[in-house]
Amino acid sequence: MNTASELTRWTAAEMAAAVAAGEVSAVELTTAHLERIARTDVQVRAFLHVARDSALAAASAVDAKRASGQPLGSLAGVPLALKDVFTTADMPTTCGSRILAGWQPPYDATIVNRLRSADVVILGKTNMDEFAMGSSTENSAFGPSHNPWDLSRVPGGSSGGSAAAVAAYQAPLGIGTDTGGSIRQPAAVCGLVGVKPTYGGSSRYGLVAFASSLDTPGPLTRTVLDAALLHEAISGHDSCDSTSLDAPVPRVVAAAKNADVAGLRIGVVAELSGDGYASGVLTRFNDAVELLESLGAKVTEVSCPHFGYALPAYYLIAPSECSSNLARFDAMRYGLRIGDDGTASAEQVMSQTRAAGFGAEVKRRIMLGTYALSSGYYDAYYGKAQQVRTLIAGDFAAAFEQVDVLVSPTTPTTAFPIGERADNPMAMYLADLCTIPCNLAGNAALSVPCGLAPEDRLPVGLQIMAPVLADDRLYRVGAAVEGALDQRRGYRFLEDASGIDESDDATGEAGR
Amino acid sequence: MSITRDEVAHLARLSRLDLGDDELERFAGQLDVIISAVAKVQEVAAAGIPPTTHAVAVTNVFREDVLYPCLSADSALAQAPASEEGFFKVPRILAED
Amino acid sequence: MTAPPTSRPVPFDDAISSYEPVIGLETHVELGTTAKMFCGCPNQFGAEPNSAVCPVCLGLPGSLPVINKAAIEFTIRIGLALNWSLATWCRFARKNYFYPDMPKNFQISQSDEPLCTDGWLDVEAAGTVTRIGIERVHLEEDTGKSRHVGSSGRIHGADYSLVDYNRAGIPLVEVVTKPIPGTGALAPAVARAFVTELRDLMRALGVSDVRMEQGSLRCDVNTSIAPSGSAHWGKRTETKNVNSLRSVERAVRSEIERQAGVLVAGGRVVQETRHFHEDSGTTTSGRSKEEAQDYRYFPEPDLVPVAPSPQWVEQIRQALPELPAARRARLQSELGLSDRDMAALRNAGALDLVAETVAAGASPEQARNWWLTELSRRANEAGIELGSLHITPSQVARICALVESGELSNKLARQVLDGVLAGQGSPDQVVAARGLAVVTDTSVLAAAVEDAIAAYPDIAAKIRDGKVAAAGALVGAVMKATGGQADAATVSRLILERLASSS
Repeated sequence: MNTASELTRWTAAEMAAAVAAGEVSAVELTTAHLERIARTDVQVRAFLHVARDSALAAASAVDAKRASGQPLGSLAGVPLALKDVFTTADMPTTCGSRILAGWQPPYDATIVNRLRSADVVILGKTNMDEFAMGSSTENSAFGPSHNPWDLSRVPGGSSGGSAAAVAAYQAPLGIGTDTGGSIRQPAAVCGLVGVKPTYGGSSRYGLVAFASSLDTPGPLTRTVLDAALLHEAISGHDSCDSTSLDAPVPRVVAAAKNADVAGLRIGVVAELSGDGYASGVLTRFNDAVELLESLGAKVTEVSCPHFGYALPAYYLIAPSECSSNLARFDAMRYGLRIGDDGTASAEQVMSQTRAAGFGAEVKRRIMLGTYALSSGYYDAYYGKAQQVRTLIAGDFAAAFEQVDVLVSPTTPTTAFPIGERADNPMAMYLADLCTIPCNLAGNAALSVPCGLAPEDRLPVGLQIMAPVLADDRLYRVGAAVEGALDQRRGYRFLEDASGIDESDDATGEAGR
Repeated sequence: MSITRDEVAHLARLSRLDLGDDELERFAGQLDVIISAVAKVQEVAAAGIPPTTHAVAVTNVFREDVLYPCLSADSALAQAPASEEGFFKVPRILAED
Repeated sequence: MTAPPTSRPVPFDDAISSYEPVIGLETHVELGTTAKMFCGCPNQFGAEPNSAVCPVCLGLPGSLPVINKAAIEFTIRIGLALNWSLATWCRFARKNYFYPDMPKNFQISQSDEPLCTDGWLDVEAAGTVTRIGIERVHLEEDTGKSRHVGSSGRIHGADYSLVDYNRAGIPLVEVVTKPIPGTGALAPAVARAFVTELRDLMRALGVSDVRMEQGSLRCDVNTSIAPSGSAHWGKRTETKNVNSLRSVERAVRSEIERQAGVLVAGGRVVQETRHFHEDSGTTTSGRSKEEAQDYRYFPEPDLVPVAPSPQWVEQIRQALPELPAARRARLQSELGLSDRDMAALRNAGALDLVAETVAAGASPEQARNWWLTELSRRANEAGIELGSLHITPSQVARICALVESGELSNKLARQVLDGVLAGQGSPDQVVAARGLAVVTDTSVLAAAVEDAIAAYPDIAAKIRDGKVAAAGALVGAVMKATGGQADAATVSRLILERLASSS
């Protein structure tokens, strides 16, 4: 008989196999995770909403399905933490914002439908930077989440809640969204695997839009295989999303099981290094590159000359699209309404509500976007930034003629302390330096843990980048790195964390 | 100086954000820094380069002209801040567009 | 000060003698697709409020649009009919502004990459043909509808508004003309003729039911004037709320008069939006257009470009129905009508009715005569359109046939007409009910003839003496005796025969 805390240590693949084999019930699994949440979330604050009743009901349904001999979904009975940016008809959806506090959507996102079809048990909605804008969850209207490795530090963002939940063993599966790095960067600083599939690989229908041409749903997990399983479960064409890819889902599970990089050509991006990168991050990155060489890969340095323009281009395109996407939050049809005293005009109520309901970062980006799209400024800002995208896509295309995948650190530093960058927008933006190019070009990227930085013993992530639709290569390389490091270490990476004490004591120290 | 406080106030009005003076002051300073930084894209010689909007360039994605179930009016109005007799009730509209 | 408070409109003829108008029209047509532009909600008029909405057309967070293929096809049809040359690629763009009837606070429209550009449409007014240049034709989604509740019922001074989003997302085609100079005094008529022709075109193409009273055809009119012979055009105003063909004409006329008044008083015409009032036939100032709104257009990232293949366009072209101009030419030829006759028919709105009546068997002359004389008179008396009369073309054709066969005289036919219009049934039913058939039974008539001859011996004597014209009185007597149902010609013949043979 497995104890609750043992159950929560399993991988998703192990859980799915156990449920399918009848070794553990879905209800048992879900209960164990709900208990884990109850005992740890006071410290971690990963969840905005725990859907206890519906999760248990879903778990019972899985058990009944199994008992009656019906075929089960690929991840049947496995619990999942869902970023609160997806609409759920049976749970509130706040996007980490006061303007949507308590909003109950009348429909499910396509991703939610697919998860339910896979018989996944959704435990609840996780914390995030407001409307996905941020790299730490400090922009959440409901307070930041805390990194299980060190509770005084950020779990990254904007999908920080999902990352914290998975790293704290509150769920083996997490779903986030990645617009400028918001899955990969939290994965890196929380010691997880995080994947941004090729743009369009999974549906955005029901994903509350931040930057429409960049937003990409993806998995956050503790192992590469788990990420692959989740990747396949959520991916595929959706007729409700005109930008979704009408192409077969890359065979990522098979790739995750084939962790062989012998002969693979790997390029180190020259421009993603140097000043601003913590020495521990560079050390571990270089170690990872050496490891790949020792596994038989051919490593060269590659230049992507326009990558230096990626950050400024992103901080023009994303705010421009979001200034338009967030215009709908106007107090007329749903959400917060302030100032409606019977004499104020609709315009006044809109303006007061938006001022009260949006946080500072959201306001900054809305104004920046309005500026960049203004007549007279469009060509020099938004127009130019869209051209930069073409140049960056060109850099990738040229690079991928020489190599099969590119690598870089996922983010320049390890998890920074809560509060350190909160008043410095530009400093916060730098966290996305390495991740942004793939969002602009739309190709796939993955972050896999590659060790602890010596100076602070905090996780470092290795970013792997692949061509458009070649997501499988990410998993092949990621699995190789993971496998080799696990073997070398003798245990799984995340076991170095386990900093959350399940007692009421909130000290939670990292490390063994 | 890449953007003035007055310009920021104008942007706030355009974006329907009723900001206080302190906020305006703070945002003006921050936006000034950010705009200077993002202006870096102008250094790129991009004459004749087409813009990219989607990773995989596709055209002609359509739906057939058929009906699909709607929301019930109750469901549509359920989350409305105010409603009356099946309509969304909104404060008085100033400008005639 | 741009419009001195003392400026008064200058009467139209005077205004036109000193100033040259330039007009332009922006027409919105709601396409008659089954579903809305970007979702599967029904495209219908008059449903219960907010009963035809979904996450997409309500613009709920997370929703995404998907283009309705039929809307594209209909727009291509319109473009082909307006003599557009193939645009290979186009895109949707976001038009950003805040207004409570717009769920997303942006409208998915088209900006600098519309589906069609550079076309033309010939329209005829008062015998003159004007070629109207079409600047662009683009597709967009319609907005919801707001109803203002408060003291005055208009927006200013309202306490709150009630919004219905059923209309939000209905596909809308916007047809924008190039400026139309050189129409002079005909400017109002040309404007009306354009909207009329466009309406007929849309109907013929089957892309919209174009009912102005229901809002499926909406029109904004741009008007400017400049002193005759001036090298530059004047400032233009945009007049909205023009809800009928007649209003189009009146709005242009009224604006020319008003603007002339302003200029004559030494003021400047303000570039602004004006609101047309049905009751007074004049316009009042709305939003100032000088503060031109910046819509911050950018390509719609949730949609991909539309690139209609040459094969698809050709398919649509092959399937185009006969267009109004071609149809008119064909009908004119088939009906053997002179240009004057054609003009009369078109002015009376009778062309289709006449054509259908001929199709139902009447001759062109008969059809034309009935519709343009008797029926037009009755329509005018009742203050309604010809098409609203309670009679169908096939019924008119039946009446023509009855006259042709001699069963009805023209006079009786008019009575049958009255009966049908009064709702008493079909022509045959009215004839039967009222016993209106021409009496042709000569034995019946002979008896009546005898009676008449006996009653008027002096007149009979005159006829015997050779004064044939005197027969008229006897004919009248027989007609009276038969309740007007005798065929006068037959009666006259019988009388003459009778008297010729008698002593």
